[in-house]
Amino acid sequence: MVDTETPPGTAADEPRGAFGGRSRRPAAAAVRRRRGPGRPSAGSGRMAALLVSPTLLVLTVVVLYPTIMALRESLYGAKGLDPKTGFIRTTEPFVGLRNYADIFGEASERFWNAFWNTTFFTVVTVGLETVIGVAMALVMHRAFRGRALVRASILVPWAVPTAISALLWRWIFHSDGIANALIGHQVLWTTEGFHAKVAVIIAEVWKTAPFIGLLVLAGLQVIPKEVYEAARIDGAGPLGQFWRITLPLVKPALLVAVLFRCLDALRMFDLPYILVGAQKTSVETLSMLAQDQASNVRFGPAAAYAVILFLYVFLIALGFVRLLGADVTGDGGAARGNRSGRRRRAVGYGAEVTA
Amino acid sequence: MKTRTTRALRCSAVLLAAQVALAACGSSDGSGSAGQAGSPSFTGRGPITYVAGKDSTGSVQAAIDRWNERHPKEKVTFVQLPTDADSQRQQMIQNAETKSDAYTVLSLDVVWTSEFAAHQWVDRLPDKQFPLRKMLTPVVETARYRGGLYAAPSSSDGGLLYYRSDLLKKAGIGGPPATWSEMKADCAKVKKLPEAKDMSCYAGQFQKYEGLTVNFSEAVNSADGVVTDARGNPDVDTPEARKGLDFLVDSFKDGTIPKEAITYQEEDGRQAFQAGKLVFLRNWPYMYSLAQKSKVAGKFAVAPLPGLTGPGSSSLGGHNLALSSFAKNKATALDFIKFFTDEDSAARNLKDASLAPPYANLYDDTALTRQYPYLPVLKQSILRAVPRPRVVQYGDVSSVIERQAYAALTGAKSSAQALKDLQGDLQKTATQ
Repeated sequence: MVDTETPPGTAADEPRGAFGGRSRRPAAAAVRRRRGPGRPSAGSGRMAALLVSPTLLVLTVVVLYPTIMALRESLYGAKGLDPKTGFIRTTEPFVGLRNYADIFGEASERFWNAFWNTTFFTVVTVGLETVIGVAMALVMHRAFRGRALVRASILVPWAVPTAISALLWRWIFHSDGIANALIGHQVLWTTEGFHAKVAVIIAEVWKTAPFIGLLVLAGLQVIPKEVYEAARIDGAGPLGQFWRITLPLVKPALLVAVLFRCLDALRMFDLPYILVGAQKTSVETLSMLAQDQASNVRFGPAAAYAVILFLYVFLIALGFVRLLGADVTGDGGAARGNRSGRRRRAVGYGAEVTA
Repeated sequence: MKTRTTRALRCSAVLLAAQVALAACGSSDGSGSAGQAGSPSFTGRGPITYVAGKDSTGSVQAAIDRWNERHPKEKVTFVQLPTDADSQRQQMIQNAETKSDAYTVLSLDVVWTSEFAAHQWVDRLPDKQFPLRKMLTPVVETARYRGGLYAAPSSSDGGLLYYRSDLLKKAGIGGPPATWSEMKADCAKVKKLPEAKDMSCYAGQFQKYEGLTVNFSEAVNSADGVVTDARGNPDVDTPEARKGLDFLVDSFKDGTIPKEAITYQEEDGRQAFQAGKLVFLRNWPYMYSLAQKSKVAGKFAVAPLPGLTGPGSSSLGGHNLALSSFAKNKATALDFIKFFTDEDSAARNLKDASLAPPYANLYDDTALTRQYPYLPVLKQSILRAVPRPRVVQYGDVSSVIERQAYAALTGAKSSAQALKDLQGDLQKTATQ
């Protein structure tokens, strides 16, 4: 999906030469890029535009068009009932920004509740997933007997479709389910209350921590062994090695994973919908509000919710890229000369020197 | 920086595309209205489709095969939708919103009739061509919108009280309870038996979903209250309605209803009853044949739902056949609807799929009552049944009822406050 430059299992065993090559590569690329913009002539620019046009066309059709249609739709209201005939009118009235006004006015209690639920779920689940995912990756990275089995079993939850895992967890959290048998106390997980949030968080973390684990593992496998050897010689303990070597070097991969998880978690719908149920205030998310409107044949308000969610997700993504310098496309942060890239190179050089 | 921004945009845009597309689907400008009021003409013959939920017993396909044998030039294709009612409704609405002719005859849940009729997604049918007089009146009423017939009743459904006849007999109780207080008294007697020590008394469907709307309405109606009056206006803030809701609220408080029942849907209650955890359970007739294959086989019986001062009233379930406004070959479709809802098909549906028929006389048929001993009870239940709120925005009405009833059952609100809020919410929904 992301950052698959290095196939798993190869880089870790690479000899010294490869390591040196790698640390120089981004710098060279940066140099090429920096010189780049001056060069292309008008002809090659047209050629580039021509080559990119199919992609742009596809993006226009599948991304731009639906987005604009949704924006437009959000300015129309629901079709009203004509009291004389008893039939619903055939046209949607143009209401301007009233759908938005309603969301922040009349329905604001429900909206803000859903907004905070969404945010709360995102912060808590992604936080837990990051910690557990990194731990999983460290375990999967170790060489020991049965490693393949552990790797496969850790990835199973990620392979289960969300709707199915929601059903599984509904049985676990049933009033006579395993969860209650284990804690020896009857908690009605699917009723309103904080426990419903807990149920959703547990199921979500179970399902998606392996995703972070997988991406971090890919990041771990490109960290050369020599760096650790050097650190050991310098007297760094396991904790020191983790904080000063593993974490900084795996950060680009980790940031991408966390970004993807954040965007995913903000759109959370199927898990709370199936596990706890529709209309439950404690777990209602923004996506569920949009679905509720759409299922009651009010597409205008539904589109308004979708647009607000879109803006929220967009802002979070933008903030992520700007503030943390997440390397979304996997062509190396150094190529764009941002802060984290420089830091990474610095670490690389440092390691080389100590080696 | 610019590339990064566009990338972020692209990322989030792709992730949202599905949602946005969902919303964009609905953007029909609605030019050209379909099927104005009055009687549409039913013309055109040829192949059509029949659209319904999953056919778990195979009886639908069997009926279609019988039709196709007789009408080789007007073949019916069966389009199966998912089992759950919400997705069936959504797919039918999608079909209507795009004005597609892919769906011809629709099998509508009784509570969707008003919505589909008001949106003119289905055609008004000629009353005189259907044997409505032979059908149970409450069932026919579910197919009407503002006096017009918009669907033909195909099957019906009513709530029943399942009870453990073995335990009642052992406790020396003559018959099933007719009122709530009798039920509580009977339960107290049964619980004195050593084998019933750990059992709970009563359950229904109290999870926050459409089933709660059904159970709430039944409780209110069984105490002579109403949710909406004869003209469809909400009138739920009354002492009668409060007595009905109080029965449920108090039962939760005093343990008559076990506290986990707040999570019960139909299947959870059935499993608890079959596991011997419940003395009384409100459920639909489908459970009868399943329970007969379980641990409690031969140990249970059915009765009409109890009420405050006498037998209570049930909500009406079931399905009606409607004709999509956007379909082709409507003459064939009308004939097929007549064929599928005639007495012969209804009898077969009862025999093969235990679907309650709309025809009154089938409930008294001796051969059928031998197979389904609950039929006479079900007939009473349906005849006393009150239709669920017949409103265009049933989904909205149901969700406000769920919200307030749930708040009352969980003790978050007093029942008086819940009903007052519900009355306000229902009025707001009606004016939308």
